[in-house]
Amino acid sequence: MTLLSVQNLHVNVDGKAILKGISLDVEAGEVHAVMGPNGSGKSTLAHVLAGRPGYEVIEGSVHYDGRDLLAMEPDERAREGVFLAFQYPVEIPGVNNSYFLKAALNAVRTHRGEPELDAMDFMQLAREKMSLVAMPNDLLKRSVNEGFSGGEKKRNEIFQMAVLEPRLALLDETDSGLDIDALKTVAEGINALRSPERAILTVTHYQRLLNYVVPDKVHVLANGRIIKTGDKTLALELEKHGYGWIEKEVAAA
Amino acid sequence: MSAVTPLADHYAGVFADLRKALPGRQLPWLEAIRERGMAAFTELGFPTTRNEQWKYTNVRQLTKHTFAPAHGAVRSTLSSGLDQSWLPDLKTHRLAFIDGQYAPELSAPQGLPDGVKLSPLSLALQQSPELLEEHLAHYAHGGANGFAALNEAFMQEGAVLQLADGAVLETPVHLVFVATEHAQPVWQTLRNLIVAGANSQAAVIETYVSAGKSVYLTNTVSETVLGQGARLHHYKLQEEGLEAFHVATHQVHQGRDSDFESHSLSAGARLARNDLNVGLAAEGANCRLYGLYIGGGRQHVDNHTRIDHREPHGTSRELYKGVLGGRARAVFNGQVYVHPHAQRSDAEQSNNNLLLSGDAEVDTKPQLEIYADDVKCSHGATVGQLDENMLYYLRTRGIDEAHARALLTYGFAHDVVERIPLAPIRENVERLLMAQLPHADALDDELVGELT
Repeated sequence: MTLLSVQNLHVNVDGKAILKGISLDVEAGEVHAVMGPNGSGKSTLAHVLAGRPGYEVIEGSVHYDGRDLLAMEPDERAREGVFLAFQYPVEIPGVNNSYFLKAALNAVRTHRGEPELDAMDFMQLAREKMSLVAMPNDLLKRSVNEGFSGGEKKRNEIFQMAVLEPRLALLDETDSGLDIDALKTVAEGINALRSPERAILTVTHYQRLLNYVVPDKVHVLANGRIIKTGDKTLALELEKHGYGWIEKEVAAA
Repeated sequence: MSAVTPLADHYAGVFADLRKALPGRQLPWLEAIRERGMAAFTELGFPTTRNEQWKYTNVRQLTKHTFAPAHGAVRSTLSSGLDQSWLPDLKTHRLAFIDGQYAPELSAPQGLPDGVKLSPLSLALQQSPELLEEHLAHYAHGGANGFAALNEAFMQEGAVLQLADGAVLETPVHLVFVATEHAQPVWQTLRNLIVAGANSQAAVIETYVSAGKSVYLTNTVSETVLGQGARLHHYKLQEEGLEAFHVATHQVHQGRDSDFESHSLSAGARLARNDLNVGLAAEGANCRLYGLYIGGGRQHVDNHTRIDHREPHGTSRELYKGVLGGRARAVFNGQVYVHPHAQRSDAEQSNNNLLLSGDAEVDTKPQLEIYADDVKCSHGATVGQLDENMLYYLRTRGIDEAHARALLTYGFAHDVVERIPLAPIRENVERLLMAQLPHADALDDELVGELT
């Protein structure tokens, strides 16, 4: 079943064309990687799917589970099961991390028709999911991402994802800024979420996360277009040869 | 210069009628203070916006009323007692005042340790006139403006707290000032004095609330004197009704190595003006001033603070935050004055404002005046709206926009609230935040008491 279907998507940011006709289909159960050089539009793709205000869709369509995703508000998308792990998670001083996540989880649960969790049940669930990404318990008591190290912020993203259990996870450069141990832990967290009902779309500059989160498909994005799609071996070639050869190959074709 | 003469005549008339009924009539020095205050008011009148200190606070709404003293022959009381929401869940030594008169039936000052005296001003004037003669009106300046002048003339009641050298008061003192409903605009003129001896320690909470909805004026002046090494935590919770006018001065005089921490919450009143002036009058004195003001509708809230670093090695920290919606207007003026002799002074000040509507307005003016050369001083002020990135982040987690806005607003204010060391007061302020902030009904009660 096609969970995400992007057709001929054109997006402007601040009046500038960033995505220039993206098409891709992600089936439930699949992991797709979108790779590309800086400035190719990877993050824009992740954010336009999450519903970032100010990103202007000029042309094309996005369907999620058969529904028009672009017609939904960002919070509605999240309640419908779309989750974006940010490249740069936002610090929110004064807002308690556990209050925030419990509010998010209960918004999602209410939407699914499930009962809200009380503080005790939430804490039990949170502790269980925190161990999945080896996140220290005290981060839950602090303000959202405030004063977290780069690695702690990324773990917090994957932790949130594990709690919210989305159907479509969008991972924006989740591997950046992680040392190898943290990368493995985060990858385990992501892999734990893989299931036949879910899909993951990971956006990354480097191949190294894909050693641990093995993709079914790899798309290469350059200058706002997908210029090549292949399997996991494409990521390895990109790692070995850089992006230059593929851009040349496409230009020659 | 002088305000409308009929108004001055009105208050001069009230003074002539009332002065025999004011406490301390037998004390010539106090009579002299009252006359000095009345003379100052006759000269000054109420401040106008031509006065630099009142440039952004127009008291015309206030001066169009003629206020009568609230205290008549029969004092009001509260049939149902003090509202639980005014009282933190905390053991305190409490003095309660209704319409500017002492209400013993609502007070519970019992259990004070040796070396600590707490009494209403009227009683203290009888029991310890020497102490009052030495300190009363020695720090706050009646000539500062018409309100301070009127306060000198009409000071009616309040609390006097005296701590002997080394006295440590474990249980906070709670002063509750309640204004009741009246058919005519009334005023209450309150005067508090805290004299803390060397190395003494205490916490004092001043709470200002309304039991009715009518128009009245609270004119309150507090004076605090800290001896060498004394430590005082002071809380001022102003949560009066939306028709109330509140004008307050707190003058703090700090001795050597003394430590003063102030938490101020302004959440009520049609117009509130707080002057908090701290004099670091001896070496090594420290102060920390924290404030939160919340305004909506047509509320006006003005905080003026002044810290005088007079002697070397003083430290001051100041953080005031404001949340303004509707057509509310706020003023912050924070003056830090480092005198030529005050080397090695260390001052940090910041004021941040969150505007929740396009019609809310704030005038913020940090003012550093430094006349010493070896000092460390910084200040900053911001005025802004909710951060779009934070809103987006919360929404990508499924939190709807109203809830996200409420949560961010709460978070902004909580930065000040979390510095309140007494947990029951912190929780009361958190509850008040939940009640006052727009969309706060979207928030879960569990926010209260959760420490970030």
